[in-house]
Amino acid sequence: MDEVIRVEGLTKNFGDLRVLRGIDCTVSASEVVCVIGPSGSGKSTFLRCLNGLEEASGGRVLVHGTSVHDNHTDIDTLRSEIGMVFQRFNLFPHKTVLENITLAPTKVRGVSPAEAKQRAHDLLVKVGLLDKIDAYPNQLSGGQQQRVAIARALAMQPAIMLFDEPTSALDPEMVGEVLNVMQTLAEEGMTMVVVTHEMGFARRVAHRVLFMDEGMLVEEGSPEAVFDTPREERTRRFLANVL
Amino acid sequence: MDPILWFGWFRADIIAEYAMMFWHGLQITILVTLICITQGTALGLAIGLARLADARHSPARQICRYLLRWPSTVYVSFFRGTPLFVQILLIHFAVLPLFINPADGLIISGETARSLKQNYGALLSGILALTLNSGAYISEIFRAGIQSIDRGQIEASRSLGLSFWRTMYHVVLPQAFRRMLPPLGNNAIALLKDSSLISAIGLAELAYTARTVAGAYSRYWEPYLTISFMYWILTLGLAWAVKRLEARYGRGDTR
Repeated sequence: MDEVIRVEGLTKNFGDLRVLRGIDCTVSASEVVCVIGPSGSGKSTFLRCLNGLEEASGGRVLVHGTSVHDNHTDIDTLRSEIGMVFQRFNLFPHKTVLENITLAPTKVRGVSPAEAKQRAHDLLVKVGLLDKIDAYPNQLSGGQQQRVAIARALAMQPAIMLFDEPTSALDPEMVGEVLNVMQTLAEEGMTMVVVTHEMGFARRVAHRVLFMDEGMLVEEGSPEAVFDTPREERTRRFLANVL
Repeated sequence: MDPILWFGWFRADIIAEYAMMFWHGLQITILVTLICITQGTALGLAIGLARLADARHSPARQICRYLLRWPSTVYVSFFRGTPLFVQILLIHFAVLPLFINPADGLIISGETARSLKQNYGALLSGILALTLNSGAYISEIFRAGIQSIDRGQIEASRSLGLSFWRTMYHVVLPQAFRRMLPPLGNNAIALLKDSSLISAIGLAELAYTARTVAGAYSRYWEPYLTISFMYWILTLGLAWAVKRLEARYGRGDTR
């Protein structure tokens, strides 16, 4: 399979705190990788290093062979290939749903307004929110906002989608609608890296699960291997607590 | 003109006699205020951004620190830490003659400088001083406004591939502007009132007009009460305009 992301010896320090202590992994095209682990284990920081929202302290991240943290890399072009969905949605509150979705395609990709609107239209149908096209984010529920955020990221037609705990800020009854959209996306062959606490989703959708603890990649494997027959004691302890 | 008495003591005829002069003074006051609000806002944005400038790698990191953050901080500190009145005098009598001087002006000299200074000297220095002063205050409003925007907004925009400047223009500044409107409105009102200080260097705006009229008749209630009401109406107008803007830019507001 084509290798899309390669992480080599990635470290990250916040002052004296060593958040990432040398991560090595790869992600292939159309692969869905779920990252699980206790809070504070560095999952989110790891994800944010993949598109350069965080600087690396050491090691490197290659996306399509381009080094993310290299000074000479055109980070904006690279990021337009990598969609990201955040825990807190981060929709632009002063723009309508439509404007949220069309902003980046028109300004970064130079897509014509008419085509951007058509694309937004199609994506909203896909996430089931076409009737909210002219609403402002504060008029939407959390689950609806997150689905718009996914549509916004998809509007750039990215090769990779990163999800940073996309359901952690949602009321329980809204988790399902967001996970359904993500599952559809996975089935369509999108390359996805998902930091999540939804073990059911990871088991059902992921091709590979990474378990992180204290800034290290403790264990990785198929969902069955990690959830049913974990090799590491730390993985077992974590799973015993959350399942 | 025969004395016209209102309420038994207010000499309305004085105001009527000098109506044209008040009208010109009003125009100058409005002109100076509008120019200074526009320029002060542009300057304040630039200085506010300079105070926030930072970069991850050298040499950009050092450039931001020593050529942007430090000078802008000193600038703001100076213009907020000294009286506006002193700044006006300093600029009119010391700084401007350095640049515009018939003998050896650094920018303009000779006959042009003489007539420029004579006809527009006070206007130029007044606008310059008030712009520099309000720019310092407005830069703090911009800085606070930009810093108040959730980091997640910037991260979402950058992760979509929008550059730093596009993120500022499309995402951060529109939201910050909404929050900045009330303090910006206060600043505009303060600026309007502070423009009266320029009368000290001989600019014929409202306060100067009142002083002239007071001197001619040795009557003080009439001219000063008149311009007080004129300033009051102008500030009410500004406050109303700010309110309109707030309503217009309040779309998608959480509250």
